[in-house]
Amino acid sequence: MIQLNVNGTERSFDGDPEMPLLWYLRDILGLTGAKFGCGIGLCGACTVHKNGQAVRACITPMSSAAGGQIATIEGIGAQGLHPVQKAWIEINVPQCGYCQPGQMMQAIALLAGTPKPTDQQIDDGMAANICRCGTYQRIRAAIKAAAEERP
Amino acid sequence: MSSITNVSRRGFLIGLAGAGAFVLGVRYLPRMVTQHDSLAYPTEADLATLHPNAFVGVNTDGTVFIVAHRSEMGTVIRTTLPLVVADELDADWKRVKIDQAIGDKRYGDQNTDGSHSVRSFYDVMRQAGATARLMLIQAAAARWQVSPSECRTDLHTVVHDATGRRLGYGDLAGAASKLPVPNREEVPIKPKTNWRYIGKGMDSYDLPDICTGRAVYGMDAHVEGMVFASVEHPPVFGGKVKSYDAQAPLQITGVHQTIPIDPFQPPCAFQPLGGVAVIADNTWAAFQGRKKLNVVWDNGSNESYDSDEYKKQLYATARQPCKVVRALGDVDSAFAKGGPIFEAEYYVPLLAHASMEPMVALAEFKDGKVTAWAPTQNPQAAQDIISKELGIPKENVICHITFLGGGFGRKSKPDYVAEAAVLSKKVGRPVKVVWTREDDIKFDYYNAVAGMYMKASLDSKGTPIAWLQRCVFPPITSIYDVNAVYGDPGHLQQGWTDIPYNVPNLRIENGPAKAHVRIGWLRSVANIYHGFAIQTFTDELAHRSGRDPVEYLLELIGPDRTIDFKGVDYPNYGASLDSYPWETMRLRRVIEMVAEKSGWAKRKLGKGKGIGIAAHRSFLTYVASVVEVEVSDDGTIKIPRVDTVVDAGLVVNPEATRAQFEGAAVFGTSVARSGEITAKNGVIEQSNFSDYPVARINEAPYQTNVYLVDSDAPPAGVGEPGVPPFIPALCNAIFAATGKRVRELPLSRTNLGKSS
Repeated sequence: MIQLNVNGTERSFDGDPEMPLLWYLRDILGLTGAKFGCGIGLCGACTVHKNGQAVRACITPMSSAAGGQIATIEGIGAQGLHPVQKAWIEINVPQCGYCQPGQMMQAIALLAGTPKPTDQQIDDGMAANICRCGTYQRIRAAIKAAAEERP
Repeated sequence: MSSITNVSRRGFLIGLAGAGAFVLGVRYLPRMVTQHDSLAYPTEADLATLHPNAFVGVNTDGTVFIVAHRSEMGTVIRTTLPLVVADELDADWKRVKIDQAIGDKRYGDQNTDGSHSVRSFYDVMRQAGATARLMLIQAAAARWQVSPSECRTDLHTVVHDATGRRLGYGDLAGAASKLPVPNREEVPIKPKTNWRYIGKGMDSYDLPDICTGRAVYGMDAHVEGMVFASVEHPPVFGGKVKSYDAQAPLQITGVHQTIPIDPFQPPCAFQPLGGVAVIADNTWAAFQGRKKLNVVWDNGSNESYDSDEYKKQLYATARQPCKVVRALGDVDSAFAKGGPIFEAEYYVPLLAHASMEPMVALAEFKDGKVTAWAPTQNPQAAQDIISKELGIPKENVICHITFLGGGFGRKSKPDYVAEAAVLSKKVGRPVKVVWTREDDIKFDYYNAVAGMYMKASLDSKGTPIAWLQRCVFPPITSIYDVNAVYGDPGHLQQGWTDIPYNVPNLRIENGPAKAHVRIGWLRSVANIYHGFAIQTFTDELAHRSGRDPVEYLLELIGPDRTIDFKGVDYPNYGASLDSYPWETMRLRRVIEMVAEKSGWAKRKLGKGKGIGIAAHRSFLTYVASVVEVEVSDDGTIKIPRVDTVVDAGLVVNPEATRAQFEGAAVFGTSVARSGEITAKNGVIEQSNFSDYPVARINEAPYQTNVYLVDSDAPPAGVGEPGVPPFIPALCNAIFAATGKRVRELPLSRTNLGKSS
């Protein structure tokens, strides 16, 4: 039996410990904010937080999520919009929007470690997240806007 | 074309109250509403008190429902077209609710491709809103016993200025609903000076849902009792299952069964590819079960397909005389006179769409009817193919449109939606088919691979006297006709037969090529390879002649004129040449503007840097781009800046339009840098973002500046036209930076480093 905490709620899971966290979140808990994009950790659409760190849920087996504090886009915004979400709306970042929960979760983790990132730090921090619509310019602007909001 | 039709009144729709028709924004999606009064699935607009047509409804509480009948894949069309209705209705946008249509022919065309949503429906939407507005005015006038001509509207309110009386739309909806729907000729359309939203635009209606993870994509659709499916498709196009292990997958916890799917009957069109499906409790189990199927295939005749050999054949065909599709003057005599003659060959490989959301669909077959929820650009085609595959009437197929996690043309082909429906019938439960990224890359409808041959003879100043161009590519029509090998006019028009150059001797040819994979349209389609060949060749001629590329391009375009297509089969993207003539002045203007905005003549660029220009008309929109590139000694490229000028006629939503051209620069970067699908023994070699990389934040243009020409011309396309000029502009910039000419895409085929 695997115990974990998802968005503040204690959960237990007795299925295949090799099942990636992504499918547990999506198919079993019904939390569909994290998306399936590549299945091998290359696109970042499935990005969630484990103990505050951005991880690729599609390659994180349930066995390694055990005991972890998992946060998804649904949890991040549960108590009102996060500054990163506000910046995303303000800058009008999304096009199709499919990758954006992953982009925002990555950006939140980036800003937690690097509150005022340079262009290079944004490139380094966000390069693992693909946006096929091509919203990168606005993602960069939104991260800077969110950084300005922070004390 | 679409027309506005009356729909039944709410009073006749019994028992539907509360059966919300919203597909988007809720996870648990409604089942099919009982068919009644010819409307299988009424929208909130249909159910509203006043609903003079299929696109708009007004309730007594003042809520305005506007139907979005096109698919939302990131262009913000779900906001932009309703905004036109709201403007003509003089509605308060804050009191508007967007209602996503299902696939239904009463809306007219719903295939959200070809960059024509605004172009085709701008007038329809204006009419829809203006009709409701007139009825509200008439209702107020009747209540006040004054002439409607004495009344006007002001943001959700009808006003009688002479007496200062005002009535809200909600108060008038009941009375207005009893009035006859006025004829089109009676309905006044707002003058431009009164526009409230058109030309100013609005943020996406869906922005909050998207940014909180609440937006429901096809991948997120869910109904009670559904099972998950993953399908092993034939690795070679047209292959068939010989045998497979039906039992081994059942060893995986959660796997229920394996089900064969019949191969398609040629031509493939939108039929499922066939193969073997694994049905399971969850997506992961279905994926795992597939690995144990051990399918043995009969690969069929496409097993011989080798993309390297195929490339040689395309070049060989293009070197020989081909079918003439447009001719002016006498090219052969001009070439025979000698003088400097320049030839070049260009190549663009197969391209995959790779939308972030792989193909996915949920369908339920029950009691002879199908309800599907799918991220589809083309819900009516989904109805058609499901109807054919299951042998049920089209009216018995309900296709809900979820949000699309990207589309780029791939999701206009509903093979994956049909797959879900076929499986649901076999399983007896709702089935959600989830394609992996590998499935998406390997079983795409690829943008055609193309080889092009160009030849020009030049006068002493370097100006072309004669111009010959040949293109050879497997046509999209091959999915409908297995014998089709020539380009059809709809694709030859795309930046090829409409070359706007003022050359006295011109011949345009097209050669045959047989398809060995499914060919389909991808964001800007044939314009990608045609634009690359023509705009690169132009730049080559400019440099060869020692001319400035901008000046040279303008000289080739020549004096302002409307291109005469007499004798040419030129469909003009389905628009009339009277409404949308090909005007060289508009191309000249975007080139001049982009030269100015980019500082073309003045830019001081350091070592390893260069700028390039290209211009192209596609989907009735004129675009010029200047790209700045920086190439390091090891051949790595960076794109610090892009300037793009767009003349798309009237632009309803400028911010969303600028975003499309920013995105097009990134899409073009992906095509140019690494876009290449190859095949060996008929099997596609790429599989995921590892071997089919797309541009990431550190590879994409750092800054793209988009300038929109202020125009009263009728609205034209914006989703696709940014891609074709970007790619040659980038490659021309690379030449300026390095002296290395890129004639084959992707760039990874050319060593741009110093060592070469």
